[in-house]
Amino acid sequence: MKRLSIKTIVAIGIGAAVFFVLAKFVAIPTGIPNTTIQTSYAFLALMAVVFGPIAGALIGFIGHTLNDALSYGSVWWSWVIVSLFIGLFIGLLARRIDVGNGEFGKKQIISFNVIQAVIQAIGWGVLAPILDVIIYAEPANKVFAQGIFAGISNIITVGIIGTILLAAYAKTRTKSNSLTKE
Amino acid sequence: MAQEILSFIERKSPVHSLSGATKLIIFILYSTAAMLTYDTRVLLGLLVISIAIFIVSKIRIREIGFIMAFILAFLLLNNIAIYIFSPQEGVKIYGSSHVLFEIVGRYNVTLEQLFYHLNITLKYFVVIPAALLFIVTTHPSEFAASLNKIGVNYKIAYSVSLALRYIPDIQRDFRTIAQAQQARGIDISRKEKLLKRLKNASSIIFPLIFSTLNRIEVISNAMELRRFGKKKNRTWYNEKPFRKADYIVLVAGSLILVLSLVITFYDGSRFYNPFL
Repeated sequence: MKRLSIKTIVAIGIGAAVFFVLAKFVAIPTGIPNTTIQTSYAFLALMAVVFGPIAGALIGFIGHTLNDALSYGSVWWSWVIVSLFIGLFIGLLARRIDVGNGEFGKKQIISFNVIQAVIQAIGWGVLAPILDVIIYAEPANKVFAQGIFAGISNIITVGIIGTILLAAYAKTRTKSNSLTKE
Repeated sequence: MAQEILSFIERKSPVHSLSGATKLIIFILYSTAAMLTYDTRVLLGLLVISIAIFIVSKIRIREIGFIMAFILAFLLLNNIAIYIFSPQEGVKIYGSSHVLFEIVGRYNVTLEQLFYHLNITLKYFVVIPAALLFIVTTHPSEFAASLNKIGVNYKIAYSVSLALRYIPDIQRDFRTIAQAQQARGIDISRKEKLLKRLKNASSIIFPLIFSTLNRIEVISNAMELRRFGKKKNRTWYNEKPFRKADYIVLVAGSLILVLSLVITFYDGSRFYNPFL
């Protein structure tokens, strides 16, 4: 915990607040009960890549818990854990993507999308349903259908919005070695 | 856009005067108990306690009515989805089948299935009052202090309090940006097609996120200048010390958790089976 920089702490706090606002106001209903297209996960992916795994995990965890608690009055823990998992692992695996130095070309786009797709597939398609069955004893086929649907829609949203966000973020950063001697 | 969220309600009641840490611990114990058990007797017992605490807190149903309506709609949808996907779940769990009437194919109505739905609904109802009460009776600034008190690192506790502090600000930013974009003809309501809506939503998200990244920069500089995080501990302006009532409530809460787990698991199953 010593190494937790002030910037990471603030990023967690403000990130969780933004995650909450996005989850609450910019969620697009899909027609399947309790399952919406969540733009907040694109933001979570951005924050995980920029501020690292601890920030990603805690933004997912705090943001999702706050959203559940403040808008439903109770917390659906199995899916909260999935948000933590996604933030953590995108942060861990996307370390190689050095977006802070303004590098976000074709290679980085591909590796970011492979990483996010694999992690979200595991998170929504496997982890969420299993936890649902263990904690809430809901029928397996129902939670798997919900999980797979959420997984696919989140992979697509993160793939589109997340990629554009990262590219836009990279443009605001100064590239390393970008100066040339005249 | 007029969605409301829960917030602190000021009042003088025994529940309000408890320390935030006590309420947080009780909330965690209570949700654990409700999460682990599927025993109808335990759930009913917990529900009675929940309602009793709710009455003591002097919070009126009217004040949280909007959220109750939301939860009821959610529960109804969830129950319907469960039935559609698995009409025989109850039969599978309780191992017997008392058919009331047939509908079509594997869809029939059995006592077991109805009982299973009752349990799912109860499980939800048990946690709601506890969670709602925790939110509406604990001041947000006291919440960070409580987290720190139960052993969460104060830096993490501080980021939770930052989140709570900045939710209204970011909500306001979001409204401003959304209205500005709508004035330019960008629609994110149901009238647009799904893909178009996704695209329009991103034209609101982008300014919001990039202004946020700036905000992070500003706040972390301000905190750095005030030497945040240089010491091992910190004190909290809004911390309430533990009093006698806190200890009594904590002991009672732990007893309830242990008792409910014993009743649930002594026969080796999470489920209470009245059909045996």
